Amino acid sequence: MTAPAPIAMLAELTYRCPLSCPYCSNPVEMAAREKEISTGLWVDVFRQAARLGVLQLHLSGGEPASRRDLVDLVAGARDAGLYTNLITSAIGLTQRRLAELDAAGLDHVQLSLQGTDADMADRIGGYNGGFKRKMQAAAWIVEAGFPLTLNAVVHRQNLHQLPEAIEMAVEMKARRIEVAIVQFHGWAMLNRSAMMPTRAQADEASRVVADARKRLKGQLVIDYVPADYHGDYPKRCMGGWGLSGLNVTPDGLVLPCHAAQTIPNLVFDNVADKPLSDIWYHGAAFNAYRGEDWMQEPCKSCDRRKLDFGGCRCQAMAIAGDPAATDPTCIKSPLHSRMQELAQGFSTDDTAELVYRKSP
Amino acid sequence: MTALDGQAVPRIPRGVRMHDDTVRGKTVLLAPERVIDLDAIGLAILQQIDGEKTMSQIIETLAALYAAPVAQISEDVSGYVLGLMNRRILEIKP
Repeated sequence: MTAPAPIAMLAELTYRCPLSCPYCSNPVEMAAREKEISTGLWVDVFRQAARLGVLQLHLSGGEPASRRDLVDLVAGARDAGLYTNLITSAIGLTQRRLAELDAAGLDHVQLSLQGTDADMADRIGGYNGGFKRKMQAAAWIVEAGFPLTLNAVVHRQNLHQLPEAIEMAVEMKARRIEVAIVQFHGWAMLNRSAMMPTRAQADEASRVVADARKRLKGQLVIDYVPADYHGDYPKRCMGGWGLSGLNVTPDGLVLPCHAAQTIPNLVFDNVADKPLSDIWYHGAAFNAYRGEDWMQEPCKSCDRRKLDFGGCRCQAMAIAGDPAATDPTCIKSPLHSRMQELAQGFSTDDTAELVYRKSP
Repeated sequence: MTALDGQAVPRIPRGVRMHDDTVRGKTVLLAPERVIDLDAIGLAILQQIDGEKTMSQIIETLAALYAAPVAQISEDVSGYVLGLMNRRILEIKP
């Protein structure tokens, strides 16, 4: 198939991070600091991305503020014509640095929320005093005038705080909140038994979100990622493999999604070796699951294949052991009942301890 | 949200901007985590929103420009602006 131009690029600037969230989407094996690509190469990649059709750039990590050249990177991205979104824990953002980011043209800030009080947030983030610093930085972000989105990753241990998280977003004058029930990739895969929500929690979260959307219409926009182990149909992962977004890792690898390295045998190209356009249109990893040719039954003849593209390839790999299988979340998958047993089993494990992410 | 007052002044808030998408040959609105395609009508409305003109002025201008009844243009423009306000893409100047 002929691929459309990509709309969004996730630039993982570094894997370094002061927090150790157990659900981090970064790979369990991470590239070290000395392998991080240079300021100059990043800015060149931003220019290539804009020429390729990328409109939105998400600067993430790790903690992107751990890169000393963050202001230069933002300036380079804006100069390339990209909408720049900083995805941050806010640890490492000072008032002065925010003013510099403002001058560099940063468009939007997305602030992560690990919990609605210091006890919860510092325990989940694995960083004492982190919540206090985050709240201070949040006030500076709003004061500087940046539009703010809160990003609340919720799971069995903090889902009871969801209503408070939504209220915090309103009080902080955030325009948006993203409520994401933890997705099990990266470090989260090691924490399924400690973080899997119960079915009742997953249902309650959907009710809370539906109610808040109605109540706060026009005031707060709420994006919601439901608990997919408890679902009947898979998520429309990445808007389709190789159809709308791409991800560049700290060491320059270009991935169709942030978890793609969990699929063995996929070969990834590096921005240091090839033009981004070549990688997007002709790269083996991008073409592996693009379109429908790779599909097996029941996806191949299913009417929903154009809606969800068969779901998440990494989840198919993780649960079915076959990246071309139907996402086991799907009610039509032969493994759907296995998925529900897993969800039930993990969500009722009261003995599990958190496994914290380690920085490279 | 109530209907828009004729004296209300809509504006594009910080963090939202028009962008000429030369790769796809169209104009879009870039907003947090959103790209909104502007069709001919959307573009005509957005081009009038300058943070100075009131809703009434915008509607009159567009009615004259398209030689259409004010009542019809009023409905289209109000609906469009309210829809974007509900998504926090536009706001009313306080």
